[in-house]
Order: sequence, then structure tokens, then C-alpha cells
Amino acid sequence: MNAHHTPPVAALELDSVSFIHRGHTLLKPTTLRLAGCQRTLIMGPNGAGKSLLMRLAHGLLTPTNGTVRWQGEPPPQAMVFQRPVLLRRSALDNLTFVLAINKTPRPELKGLSRKAQAMSALEKFGLPHLARRPARVLSGGEQQRLALARAWLLNPQVLFLDEPTSALDPAAIKAVEDAVLEFHHSGTRIVMTTHDLHQARRLANDVLFLHNGELLEHTLANDFFKAPASRDAEAFIRGELVW
Amino acid sequence: MLTSDNAFSTALALILNMDDALISIVVLSLQVSLMAVFIASLMALPLGAALALWRFPGRNVVIVALNALMGLPPVVAGLCVYLLLSRAGPLGEWGLLFTPTAMVIAQVILVLPIIAALTRQQVEALHGEYAEQLNSLGLTRSRMIPTLLWDARFALLTVILAGFGRASAEVGAVMIVGGNIDGVTRVMTTSIVLETSKGNLPMALGLGIILLTLVTMINAIAHVIGETAKRRLG
Repeated sequence: MNAHHTPPVAALELDSVSFIHRGHTLLKPTTLRLAGCQRTLIMGPNGAGKSLLMRLAHGLLTPTNGTVRWQGEPPPQAMVFQRPVLLRRSALDNLTFVLAINKTPRPELKGLSRKAQAMSALEKFGLPHLARRPARVLSGGEQQRLALARAWLLNPQVLFLDEPTSALDPAAIKAVEDAVLEFHHSGTRIVMTTHDLHQARRLANDVLFLHNGELLEHTLANDFFKAPASRDAEAFIRGELVW
Repeated sequence: MLTSDNAFSTALALILNMDDALISIVVLSLQVSLMAVFIASLMALPLGAALALWRFPGRNVVIVALNALMGLPPVVAGLCVYLLLSRAGPLGEWGLLFTPTAMVIAQVILVLPIIAALTRQQVEALHGEYAEQLNSLGLTRSRMIPTLLWDARFALLTVILAGFGRASAEVGAVMIVGGNIDGVTRVMTTSIVLETSKGNLPMALGLGIILLTLVTMINAIAHVIGETAKRRLG
């Protein structure tokens, strides 16, 4: 749609980033660069350090060593969590809350009141009939869509998603994946963790593969699924590594 | 001599006839305690929330001190305020001793630690749940405080009620700094003490029944609000 009109997303560089907690190395020194408007999927078995790597990149955690650096101004970012954290307010109020924090509206919503912006996001994500409903009594799928609507209003150039579909049924998973593609289509870089191989095949442009806190591969998705470079990744794709 | 049976019926008659002396005592009691809880809440809610969010050296000492002050004996609080406000005391010029204002001050001192300490616990628990999302949104800690207080509002209502319970039930502090002056600083608890020692059991019992009823009513209302909110907000 307008992907080619939006300015390029600032590149993110991790330089020898490691994370040590109580003497345990949870992430070994990791160097990587995320540039362009890609859909990057972070994969690996449970405890590989996927969520940790994402939190370091987003700035929720400070690395023990190394630096996380944006080339230029850090771009607007948003994150969607495995279990959406919604405020104890109505669905609509959850959205107007972030609009009060983030004063720059999406270009297409400029000039609208906060409430009107929030309503248009609810409509976009198929939730307008739930506007007045308390957010925390919505179903899992509706909650995750509300979290995506909230991220949408922040107009992020980079969207982090931490296993956003792991607790959802197939219809809700489809809705989340469609939303992810929609974000990407409007020029947002996607960084997402998953342990669902099929989902990764559907969504990934490139793959970061982690195992035991070590980044083993950063390759294009096609190459990764056809011919993984590391034996661990090969075993992972064959389903032999414990999730 | 009065049996407790006819003391009870005389008490009910006093209440039902809206006895003037009784009404003025009830009104003053509510004014003092509600004002004290209001002022204490204004200070203690942000204080408790700040204590939940900031880590600083000596934080644990402050928390332990607050928790300990929850059990501050009212007579000790009364004594401290008495010393401050008495003619020879540092704030003696204000001439506040034996006024309702002095009683409010003493009750603020009693209620503030309760509200602050319990607010700290509630907000800390809620922050544990919200922290990543609010950090992701780029909120600073001071901007998190109103959000967390609002989202903990129903739990905090119970906290404030605990404060009101303490204020309305205590007798030691208001007795010392108020002086139990008829028509000026006489509240329900101090009159109960006085009337009981005078042997005027119907009046004492009447006041006791009203005090109990008021506290029960307020707690019932809060319970209903809290339960409704829990069901509605999940």
C-alpha cells in the first residue's frame, strides 16, 4: 500500500550483547544487525533466550555487557506480549490511554479526537462492538487483538511480538497473523518470537535461531528452512529438539 | 439501677427521637474522621505508590517503620500531637489544642501509615503485572503513579476504609488532644467513655449502636462496590 512512501526504518545493532543473571549466562555475547522493513522471526527451543533477546532489543532490559544501538534516532516502537497486559478499564479506555501518552497520531487519523482514533482502531481489528466492555473480561483472542490495536495506534516503525499466538485457537491465530502482515504492509519492521515452525514458515523473511543462549544463525527464511547451517537448527526443524 | 434491657430500649428511643445532643456528637465524629481520612489519603496514596516504585537506600527501613506505625497506640499519637500543640509546644501559637482541628491532625497521624503501607503493597503487586507494558509505552515512574492508583482503585477503596475504621474507632488520641469538651470536641467514642463512667448507660449504648451501624454500613457499601467491580472488570 504505502510501504514505499514511508521513510526507511532505522537499523538496530547489537554489539557483543550478553546477559548474565545471578551468575548464569542467559545470553552469550551476541552481535547482529536488523535493517530494512523485514519480518524477522526469532526461533529456538524453550529457554533458548528468544524473549530475552527481544527485551534487550526493545530496551526493556539492559545488557550486562555490550551495547544496543539504533542508527540515528530510536524509532517509535511497540511490543505485544504473550499474555496481553490490559488495564482494568474498558477496551476503548485502554486505547485512549496510550493516545494520551503518545501524542503523535497515525497520519491517516490526524485531526480526529482520541476517542475517534480509538474507535477506528477497534473497527480495524474487528472489536467495535466491545468498546465499552472491560478489557479483562474479553476472550484471549479478543484481548490479543486489542493489544494489537493499541500497538497500531502507537504507529510503530518496529513492532516486537513475543509469542503472541501461543495461547490462542486457530481462528484467533489467523487474526493475529493477518494483523502482523498488515503492520508490515504499512511499513513496520516485525520482530517476533515463535516456537511454531509452520507460523515461522508463513511469516518469516529472515530467521534468528537461538539455542542455549547462543545465536547460531541469522539467515534468510528460505535458506534456513531448506538448508540450516547448524546441526542444532537442523534438529530443531526436524522436530528433534525439545521445545 | 438500670438493667441492660431497659438501657437498650432507652438507647433506641434516643436514636429514634433524633436526640439533639446525640446528633451533634455523631455529626462531629463523622466530620473529624472523614476529614482525617481524606487528608491522610491525599498524602498516603502517592507516598505508598512512590514507595512501591522507587528503590533507594533505606527503603526497607521506611517500609518497616510504616508497617510498625500501623500499630501506633492512639494515646501515643495523641500525646505527641498534644506536646506539639500545647501552649508551650513548638506549634502552641496556633492555639489548636482542644479544637476539632487538633483531633483531625492526630487522626491523620494514625491513619496515614495504614493507608501508605497498604497502598504500597497493592501498587507493588499491580506494578509487577503492568511494568513491562508501561515501560514499553515509555512511561516514567512518576507518570506510572496515577495509572497504577487508578487501576488499583477498588483495592484502594478497601485500604481507605481500613483507615476510616481506625479513625472512627479510636478514643485515645481524640480524648487527649480534643479534651472531650461538650458541644466542641465531644465525639462518639469519647462520649461513650464519659457516659459509661457516669453510669448513663442508655446514652453510651445508643452511641455504641450508632457507631457500629455506621461502620457496618460503610463497609457493606464498599464490599458491594468491590464485588461488583471484580465481576465487571475481571
